[in-house]
Formats: sequence, structure tokens, C-alpha cells
Amino acid sequence: MSGRLVRLAEKARPPLPFEFDGEALTGLEGDTVLTAILLSKGSLRQAEFGPERRAGFCLMGACQDCWIWQDDGARVQACATPLVSGMRLRSEPVGWPGDES
Amino acid sequence: MSRVLIIGAGPAGICAAQALVAAGLSPVVVDSAARAGGQIYRRPPEGFTRPATTLYGSEAEKARRLHRDFDALVAQKKIAYLPSSTVMALGPGAAEVVGPEGRCTLKFDRLILASGATDRLAPVPGWELPGTYSLGAAQIALKAQGVALGRKIVLAGSGPLLTLLACQLRHAGAEVAAILDTAPMSGQIRHGLAMACARPWVTLRGLRMRLSLGQSYHAAVSLERIDGDSGGVRALHWRDGRGRAHVTACDMVAMGWHLRADTILADLAGASFEWSSDFAQWLPKRDAMLRAGQGIYLAGDGARPLGADGAELSGRLAALACLHDLELSQDDPAPLQRALARMEAFATAMSRAFPWPAEQVRGLPDRAVICRCEGITARALRALAREAGGDANRAKSLSRVGMGRCQGRYCQLAGAEILAATTGRSPAQTGRLRAQSPARPVTVGQWLRRDPRQDHLTVEPDEDRR
Repeated sequence: MSGRLVRLAEKARPPLPFEFDGEALTGLEGDTVLTAILLSKGSLRQAEFGPERRAGFCLMGACQDCWIWQDDGARVQACATPLVSGMRLRSEPVGWPGDES
Repeated sequence: MSRVLIIGAGPAGICAAQALVAAGLSPVVVDSAARAGGQIYRRPPEGFTRPATTLYGSEAEKARRLHRDFDALVAQKKIAYLPSSTVMALGPGAAEVVGPEGRCTLKFDRLILASGATDRLAPVPGWELPGTYSLGAAQIALKAQGVALGRKIVLAGSGPLLTLLACQLRHAGAEVAAILDTAPMSGQIRHGLAMACARPWVTLRGLRMRLSLGQSYHAAVSLERIDGDSGGVRALHWRDGRGRAHVTACDMVAMGWHLRADTILADLAGASFEWSSDFAQWLPKRDAMLRAGQGIYLAGDGARPLGADGAELSGRLAALACLHDLELSQDDPAPLQRALARMEAFATAMSRAFPWPAEQVRGLPDRAVICRCEGITARALRALAREAGGDANRAKSLSRVGMGRCQGRYCQLAGAEILAATTGRSPAQTGRLRAQSPARPVTVGQWLRRDPRQDHLTVEPDEDRR
């Protein structure tokens, strides 16, 4: 699926490369992590308590729907975190050391 | 010098800070956003180029003034400002704040709380699917990021944002397939007259916007379900005022019914609450000077959802109350109180024109998800409503509705409605969910890291604060 979001304005900003689940993507300076990912992807993560995927909900840091992970294990609230060049983001947490799954 | 802490830098917090500075105080302002303005006057990141008139429409001049005035307070070091910082816990005289540098403990003598509001949500079956957002989310995405959250958009719910957002999205070039209002037209007209009496120009502006929506606007709608697949939202099923079934294809649904005051911090600060039948939610009690307790003042939509103009007024009144209590001002509060009463009359009429959809929530099918955080259904809540004695806090313990990561911000009111319907009570009788710290989820790492700036944050006017 192509991205969920559509850019309507503010298109002339410097590009920022980043990775999401190992895939090289490009956002623009000033994008939030949520914006940058959902311009290319349909969702951010798998719901823990249901079969559906999730793509954020409130975009104001209140609903906690958009928490994803970075490669170093840190959690990121996607709607409130500015994209930084070279970020390595993940929809799933990194396994524990020695975890085969 | 008295230490005053202001939480929130939206219109209420900004106006409170200005009034305190004008009286010679130097408050500390904590705000969770990176740039001050609140949600209503939210600013895009640095480097964005659309002018204020594009972002804020008729309210552009107010937004510019608030941004400019607040930036001046920061530049002149009249206030200590902690952006991107969230108050996680609040006790007598101290707040635990987590920001980019870690956690710090801010001691205060007086607290002005301007914590703001979120969208008030009613569940619709399928609202857990990706591609469902709040109306506020769709507006933030457009304002602060220049994006639409979908290619074919349906807006649903009720309240002023429904119409405003539809106009803003269309103006920006997005495709809005339908605007579905659950409020019947008869009530809109009846209470619209009271709105017009309180604020004629604002009402007229809203009416003009509404008329511009044309045939895609429908009143008295009931929302049946959001259909989708692994790719997310595909269609919204709804019935019009005559009961005829409709299906509107879309890849995004944004929903909301006015605002819900974010009262967790007011609760932690010790405020007592009462059920407001007009606003259909629990609101903190205040006296005529907006005091909720000794040295605690509540302003803005986090105390009573009156909108941005009301927030400015209540921010100024809360600051004046604080100055009265410190014996630093004897200014007459009556003009501010009169202006606020007009905002109150308008907001009350509006809440009646565009009411909370109680019947829709009570009639939700068993399979409908009530708690988005943990996927808990109406069936699960109904099954233990009697065991919980119809009590919201007991039902929360048993069902986990209200216990997830959003801490009930998006399910509390629907949960209360279902609990009430199942046990033959009113939502007010089910009781109010008690607030818990942390006010928002925080990682252990953020909590443990001490902010090195913390010892320098008690503002003294003659010291270098940085």
C-alpha cells in the first residue's frame, strides 16, 4: 500500500533520510516521525490487543496510540517526535539479547 | 518573591503569564509542545512558510499576537520557559516535570493550571482501524505538518470543529466526501439563536461556513460502523435523519464531539469535581475567581471548554486572582467575569445545539471496541457492569476500560454511558475515574535522568536563569 498521508503544502523543505523496519525512506525537515512514516506506509505498528494495525489517533500526545521503537530499543512517540536524519525506526520492539524470535 | 508555576502555554497559559509579568512576577511556564500556542494556535516547526492567515483563518491576528507576546516574554527573560516538557506528577507545592534533559522537581507557591482539552470521542464500531482519527488530529496534521490524513475523507461527529475543519481541508485541496453531523437540525436552529445572542459575529461566521459545505453536509445522522480491511478504513456506514442507510467510501474517518477537558492534573492538584449535564463530562469546581483550592487556579479549556477566546479571558482572570491573593493587585475582576459569562452562555448554547450522542453510545453493538488502548469491547464492559455495582472505578478495575495508556481520556465518557445504560443509572451516578500519576506514560529512563537545570529554575528576577 502507498502512504496513508498526502502532502498538501510546505513541500519545499530539505529531505531527510531515515529507515523504517530496515527500509530506506525519505522525509522532510520539520516532519514528525508519524508524518514521515505514514507518507510512505499505511500504518505504524501492530495493535497489541487486537488484529488490526494502528496509525495514530489524536496527534497531540494524548492517546498514546503511536508509540514505536528505534533500533537501539528506545521508544518514540511518533506524533510528538521530530524526524532526525538517519533515524532507524521500527514498528516492533527489538528482541531481548538472545531472543531468537 | 512568590513562585508561580503555569502549566500549559496555550491562550490561557500565555495570557496568565503576561498578566503576572505585568505585575512584576516571574512565573515558570511548562508546556508539552515544542513551541507555545496550544493546540488551537499550534505553530508549525521552524522553516514552514504558510502565513498565519492560511493557518488560523479569521483568528490569525489573535494567534500572531499571542505568539509574539509570549516569545517576547521568553526573549526578555521575564519568565522561565520549559518547552517540550510534561508535568507527570503533582503534589502540594511541587511538580515533577519530564523534558528533553530529564526530570526535574519544580517547587511552587501557587499554581495556574491551563492544561487544555482533547477531542471528546464517542466510539463507532471499527474506530480502532488505522485511518480513524480525531477531528483535532486532522486539524493538527493540516496546520502543523501541511498534510491530509487521507485521500478521501469523511468527517463525523458534532460541534464547531466539524464545519471549520471541513472548510479548512477543502481550502487546502483535500477531498472531503461527507460531513456527517449527529445533531438534529431542529436543535441546531433552536440553540443557534441563543448562540447568536451571546456572540452574533462568531455564530454568523459559523453559519456562513456551514452553508458553504453544500450537499455533503448531513444533520441528524446516526453512525453505524466503519468498515475496513488490513489496509485500514474503507467505508463509513451511516443512516440519515429519515433512517435511510448510506455507505460512503473513504480511506479516512475523523470524528469528534466538541472537547473534553483534560482534568488529570486538576485532580492531582486536589480539585473537586461535578458533573456538567451541558458539557456532558466531569469538570473541576472553581469559585468566581477560578480558584480550585488554596493557591490553585484553573484556566482555559482544561477547566471548562469555552474555546480560545474564553481561554484568554480565564487565563487573565486566574492571574488576577493569584495577584489578589498575593496582595499585588486590587484590579476589579468584574469586567473579565462578565466577558467570561458571555463565553459561557455561548458555549452552553453550543453544547445543546451539538449534543453528546448518548443514544448512539448506549446502542453500540456488543462487538464495538470501547477502549482503543486495549481493545476492550462493549460486551466485556456490559458483562460486568452489575458486578461492578454500576461504579466507574470498580468497572475500570474489572474490565480495564479507563486503565489503558490514555488513562481514560478517550473512553471514560463512553464507558460511563454504557455502564449507566446497563445498570439503569445516569452517567453522573457511575462516578468519576480517579486520576493517577504519571499523568502521561513516561519511560523509566526519562524518569530516572535528572535534569541538570533543575536547581536554576526557581525564578528570581535579578538572577541569570540559564
